Amino acid sequence: MFRLEVRPSTPAWFNLALPLLAIAATLVLCSGLIALAGAGVFESYGVMFTASLGDSYAITETLVRAAPMIFTGLAVAVAFRAKFWNIGAEGQLLAGAVASCFVGAIPMPGPLAMLSMAIAGAAAGAAVALVPATLRVKFKVDDVVSSLLLNSVIYYALMALIEGPWKDSFSGYPISPPIEDSANFPVLIEGTRLHLGVIVALIAAPLIWFLIVRTTLGFRIRVTGENPEAARYGGIHVERVLISTALLSGALAGLAGVGEVGGVHFQVMSDISPGYGYSGIVVAMLARLNPLGVVPAAVFLAAVMTGAEAMSRATGVPAFLSDVIQGTALLAMLVALLFTAYRIRRVGAVP
Amino acid sequence: MSAVFEQIFQVGFLAAIIRIATPLAFATLGEMFSERAGVLNLGIEGIMLLCAMTGFTAASFSGSLWLGVLAAVLTGMLMGALHALFTVALGLSQHVCGIGVTLFSSGLAYFLYRLIFGQQSVPPSIKGFQTLPIPVLSDIPVLGPAVFNQFALVYMAILAIPLAAFVLYRTPWGLSVRMVGENPRAADSAGVSVIATRFQAVILGGALMGLAGAFLSMAQFNAFTFGVVSGRGWVAIALVVFGRWDPWRSAGAALLFAFVDALQLRMQASGLGHIPYEAFLMLPFIFTIVAMAVMSRNAVAPSALLKPFRREER
Repeated sequence: MFRLEVRPSTPAWFNLALPLLAIAATLVLCSGLIALAGAGVFESYGVMFTASLGDSYAITETLVRAAPMIFTGLAVAVAFRAKFWNIGAEGQLLAGAVASCFVGAIPMPGPLAMLSMAIAGAAAGAAVALVPATLRVKFKVDDVVSSLLLNSVIYYALMALIEGPWKDSFSGYPISPPIEDSANFPVLIEGTRLHLGVIVALIAAPLIWFLIVRTTLGFRIRVTGENPEAARYGGIHVERVLISTALLSGALAGLAGVGEVGGVHFQVMSDISPGYGYSGIVVAMLARLNPLGVVPAAVFLAAVMTGAEAMSRATGVPAFLSDVIQGTALLAMLVALLFTAYRIRRVGAVP
Repeated sequence: MSAVFEQIFQVGFLAAIIRIATPLAFATLGEMFSERAGVLNLGIEGIMLLCAMTGFTAASFSGSLWLGVLAAVLTGMLMGALHALFTVALGLSQHVCGIGVTLFSSGLAYFLYRLIFGQQSVPPSIKGFQTLPIPVLSDIPVLGPAVFNQFALVYMAILAIPLAAFVLYRTPWGLSVRMVGENPRAADSAGVSVIATRFQAVILGGALMGLAGAFLSMAQFNAFTFGVVSGRGWVAIALVVFGRWDPWRSAGAALLFAFVDALQLRMQASGLGHIPYEAFLMLPFIFTIVAMAVMSRNAVAPSALLKPFRREER
């Protein structure tokens, strides 16, 4: 008989080992699907790797894909640190995209336009996240369900905009008019899509890490998450911390939308996010809610997504394998996390 | 104006409401059983999609729609068991696991569908369920053709509502479900196995989600497309809250939502497009969020929802 036993402390190497273990388990489990598709497992993963990280162009593509997930990953990591269960990064991203696209369509000098887009997008994301946080603080409404349901509200609002008053009269498609050319984020390496927003995402991760680990607000966020009672006794205004966390989390998710509008699509369409908000949950969990870990976790998922398309072309394995990998990785990581809190002990059966 | 109303409120409209409500009623009842036992199942969106896929595939290869339904139900039970394994047996956080199950099952549904059917310009379809008029009853004016000239799965949904209420409120097992959802420690002391009961409730919930998926791909659309579920799982999550975790109220909420949805479709079709249809689709979510704030005073949610149970921990 085996049972779970509470573990008094966790060794430091666990932080690195667990995500790697989860990813390894995921790749092993998903190799069954590759075999089912009649392709070589090593060949398929090989193509996936070379197409996403094999050369410098591929790396830039992967980074472009990773940027929104770095932001949503940070958004979820910050929120979950305070045990504010923000499942709404998807909606906050969409709100950020809409707001930044709206601002970006106003003629302005480039730098001012980009700055306004970022501010508008972050503010819109924060405003959306404020709803579940306020409902929880004021009315004790469960934030999981309210933040999740808001995703649908924002999605339909976006659809109403791009199929209604915002519809691009030029093309007639349900897409928003494009932003001004001057507002397009500059491309950093000629011939690639590596835009300014990617660098901002890469810088945001250490900044958020600093905020969480080294500042008073970060301390309050952590204590509120770990032990709200102790936080209250310690004079921390828990409700206010939750609201601040929500604003920060929503702003980060909003910035994910800003980057997609300013650096990739230059307009808003219904499928501007292929679920980057939900991927943010996977990223944050793989990163063990550590903002620095968010970057490699997001790059991993982005590499899987970019690589899957090439793998599909080369081996015929459906590219949807990347979606399965994403879900499996999240579940595997959750199981792996059990080992931080518990260890397996043999009990009984001893003479 | 009255002509417009006549055009909107006719037998076809009532029948449409019933048809739209059917998958929602299955899904909502499924989610309700799970939540009454204390397990939030956010995997519902993906589970419905995977079941729609397996059901459609089984039906199109075997030629039997009922085998398809069976495949969908079994898939739902399997995915329910998976969610229960993570959240009940291992006690992992329910919301994150649920998102994981949704990502996993929708990914798997797309993957397997593409693997089995390839990429075709016209998606393969099947001859889905045909309406099955019930003798005598279908001759009742208005109500007859609207309610009693429907697919067999619709009748199953109509019967599932009182059955669910009976099981939940009048059987020992239903009592156990409510106990483990409200106070697992007390249930445990009373000799009820919390783990087993929660497993059973989540698996039953999965079976009902399977019926919802089966209806979508085998009666409503007669094909599997990537948008076959398109948020209906999230709607069910909202309807359970809106229906206060009660089978009758939840089914009523599904009917209300179906009414709004059918109205929206009619208004679009009749060119009364002053109000964007998305505004209607948004309503259930907004109503639910508002209702959650209003209801929060008299805590009606199962008390142990989202809380894992470990016997040795206090």
